[in-house]
Amino acid sequence: MSNELDDLYQEVILDHGRKPRNFRRLEGATVSAEGLNPLCGDHFKLYVKLDGDKIQDLAFEGSGCAISKASASLMTSALKGKTIAEAEDTFRRFHTMVTEGDKSAATGLGKLAVLQGVCDFPTRVKCASLVWHTLNSALKGEEAPVSTE
Amino acid sequence: MSSPGRTARAGEGPAPFDADRVRADFPILRLRARGKPLVYLDSAATAQKPQSVIDAVSRFYLEDNANVHRGVHLLSERATAAFEEARAKVAQFLNAPEPSEVIFVRGTTEAVNLVAHTFGRQRLGPGDEVLLTEMEHHSNIVPWQMVCEERGARVVAVPVDDAGELRLDELERRIGPRTRLLAVTQVSNALGTVNPIRRIVEMAHARGVPVLVDGAQGVPHLDVDVQALGCDFYAFSGHKLFGPTGIGVLWGRTEHLEAMPPWQGGGDMIRTVSFERTTYAGLPNKFEAGTPDMAGAVGLGAAIDYLRALDREGARAHEQDLLDYGTRALSQVPGLRLVGTAREKAGVLSFVLDDVHPHDIGTILDREGVAIRTGHHCAQPLMKRFGVPATARASLAFYNVRADLDALVRGLNRVREMFR
Repeated sequence: MSNELDDLYQEVILDHGRKPRNFRRLEGATVSAEGLNPLCGDHFKLYVKLDGDKIQDLAFEGSGCAISKASASLMTSALKGKTIAEAEDTFRRFHTMVTEGDKSAATGLGKLAVLQGVCDFPTRVKCASLVWHTLNSALKGEEAPVSTE
Repeated sequence: MSSPGRTARAGEGPAPFDADRVRADFPILRLRARGKPLVYLDSAATAQKPQSVIDAVSRFYLEDNANVHRGVHLLSERATAAFEEARAKVAQFLNAPEPSEVIFVRGTTEAVNLVAHTFGRQRLGPGDEVLLTEMEHHSNIVPWQMVCEERGARVVAVPVDDAGELRLDELERRIGPRTRLLAVTQVSNALGTVNPIRRIVEMAHARGVPVLVDGAQGVPHLDVDVQALGCDFYAFSGHKLFGPTGIGVLWGRTEHLEAMPPWQGGGDMIRTVSFERTTYAGLPNKFEAGTPDMAGAVGLGAAIDYLRALDREGARAHEQDLLDYGTRALSQVPGLRLVGTAREKAGVLSFVLDDVHPHDIGTILDREGVAIRTGHHCAQPLMKRFGVPATARASLAFYNVRADLDALVRGLNRVREMFR
């Protein structure tokens, strides 16, 4: 068994994959967007409630693999109460962490740092980033579902 | 040519099938993946190539390469002869009446598109129907939708039952006065179901409906005789038949091919060109615009030579044993459900595991050196029919052995431990 695999499927990730937080339809959402990964069939809908430029609440529903679900669960938990600018900055750092494996990018990401192991699995980066791209699309008010392809 | 898995014995039929010796013909199977021996269970996506195919492709570039059908020089003559010999091999392999009915294309997808955009476009009008099945690959759905949309026609799908068998009663019911064509797969890539093509063709022909058979997953497992099947078109890909990528075949009846307009225009497909009027070449050149994949065709010919020298009956019995063994072994994995349990199956074990997404299964198996496919297998309507977003699919070829399936089951138990 490789250590990389243990790093990818850490207990926190498995836990969030099994029991995702904020996994519901959000009544009164200001914006929402759909994210699709046609490669593996992941399909999420993300709801965001904005108060000015502040993210008051987020939630998601849909189906996907453990990595994409855990990522969505962790993201929705991490961004509650943040401003849009802070969310964008977090996304940038998260993206650097999962694509480049840059450990320094993980500092300040809190619990999201558990997804660091994804960088050793290039085919799974899309799973981890799907919900983030969906958030981007929701904040921009795009109508077409986001696709990782 | 080296004979597969045996020493050549002149004047005798192929030696009895021996999987271990056959494996030695496929150099890639000696690789290690992630530090473990490679367990390749993804042949339905693309099959591995025997050394003889790899050699034929490189020999073409080393000794014969020149453009076909035009030069008067030695190499062009040799390249043309090799290319046309490959066509003749395909014709013989499919028991096609004429080599000129064998059109070289890039693969099954291009073959279906060719028929859709010529034969389909010619015959479809507003209100007409193309009959498909729920188990078609996207490549046998989307080209028809595109042409139907343009012509005001529509596609109609025949349902499958819970085991993944085609509902022949529903097929019969859906052949109507507006049905212009039936397009059906011989073997389902996602379920492994083998469809009774001969019977289906009889049903369609009784109502005057021509039939296109998607043979991408059929031809690697079954003996194909297009005359016995009775179909109108048969399409397959070289790379799933142990040949190179980029080459495939559309076989069609001469009467259809002659009545169809050309598809792509360009060099090689013309008789005369002027700015006022162009006349087209005869078969098969009419449908082969541009420089074809010559080395690919030669490689496909070598793959066919390889298969013809193989004890195919023995190979089929071996594959059936693997399928039975794999079905039993997977059924004993707690929480595992097989998707596709038709009575007649070939080469595919598709499954889902309780509470574990197929993509996670795939990643964990990969780290054990086991290569499978996960996802919707380009068959989204079928996934919807079975109420799953995706499946994990192990697919087999005659070079697999029981030990490959043991490794799969070990890997799945590892998955269960991680996700317990």
